Amino acid sequence: MSGRLSFYRFSSPAAFYPLAGAIGKVSALIAVVLLAIGLYMSFFVAPTDYKQGEGYRIIFIHVPSAWMSMFIYLVMAFWAGIGLVFNTRLSSMMAQALAPTGAIMTFIALWTGAFWGKPMWGAWWVWDARLTSELILFFLYIGFIALQGSIDDTRRADRAGAVLLLVGVVNIPIIYFSVKWWNTLHQGATVSVTEGSSMSTIMLQAMLIMTFAFWAYSVAVAMYRVRSIILEREKDTRWVSELPEVRR
Amino acid sequence: MKARHKRLGFLLVGLVVLGAASWLVFNALGNNLSYFFSPTEVAENKVPADHVFRLGGLVQPGSVERGEQLTVHFDVTDNAHTVRVAYTGILPDLFKEGQGVIAQGRMGSDGVFVADEVLAKHDENYMSPEVADALEKGHQKGIENMAKENKPL
Repeated sequence: MSGRLSFYRFSSPAAFYPLAGAIGKVSALIAVVLLAIGLYMSFFVAPTDYKQGEGYRIIFIHVPSAWMSMFIYLVMAFWAGIGLVFNTRLSSMMAQALAPTGAIMTFIALWTGAFWGKPMWGAWWVWDARLTSELILFFLYIGFIALQGSIDDTRRADRAGAVLLLVGVVNIPIIYFSVKWWNTLHQGATVSVTEGSSMSTIMLQAMLIMTFAFWAYSVAVAMYRVRSIILEREKDTRWVSELPEVRR
Repeated sequence: MKARHKRLGFLLVGLVVLGAASWLVFNALGNNLSYFFSPTEVAENKVPADHVFRLGGLVQPGSVERGEQLTVHFDVTDNAHTVRVAYTGILPDLFKEGQGVIAQGRMGSDGVFVADEVLAKHDENYMSPEVADALEKGHQKGIENMAKENKPL
């Protein structure tokens, strides 16, 4: 019982604010360490690909960012749904805090994909199902940020944003399964939960380390961002005015 | 029933309706969302006539013929049917025999697909040259062994 109580305690922005700072600091440290290891492995340890040569190394950025772009969206939609149902202020703030990171991850995935596509496929961009649905995901992120920013009343802004996020969830399975459901120029999944992976072990290890690095980075920046959002939205409360970093 | 239970119900029903709606839409769209047609679909006349479309498949090994200037002829196959393709231009780096390609163009009256764009389709396999080599050798050996076993028959 007390465990439950102490967990729910953190749904209060005042209680979560210091915890977010601690999580952010630890995640940032983890991100830096994993990124250093992951990039070293990507460039110097992982072998050359038999067909693509060195150009394939872009997957160590491309795949983690593409995974994160989808995963962050699901997490945002989860928080938005919780905020909509339970009217918890912090949930909506979490959704808002994750949005720019998700948009950046989507952009990186599209951008690195174009860089890889030009030499390998022979085209920067094609309108196949995978690429198009990922572009729609980018527009969903941008749309969410714009919609939330355009409404002054935060409660209404949160609600409108949450509805947009939840409707957009349809797009995530479409992105993920597009290469399976339709003929696409984009290749099928190299790493899958059900079928394992079809790449050499050292490449896979480097890619997974990069994925965890991106994960830790996303957690870190989301935590710092949610602290700013908390301060902004709660600026008229007593606990904020009593914070040492605010009082000064 | 509390207000938040009601909201949760609305949300879940909404998501189910949304999922069903999109399932119906994508079911109706069906193959229209595919990026290319296969040689089998060409053979079955499922492709638009007198219209630009994309043809995808593997480049049949041994079928690539480089003609005058930059014109290249090759067969695209899905191991059931093949289509002859003519293309004038620069091919992507990954283009080679046995590789997946997607060609955009239209069917000529002589049954040759005249492409104005050829893209290489990469597969999902990533490995080092040594591993690819070993796999290739193992494959050859397997074929030889099978040939040996079949000899007495």
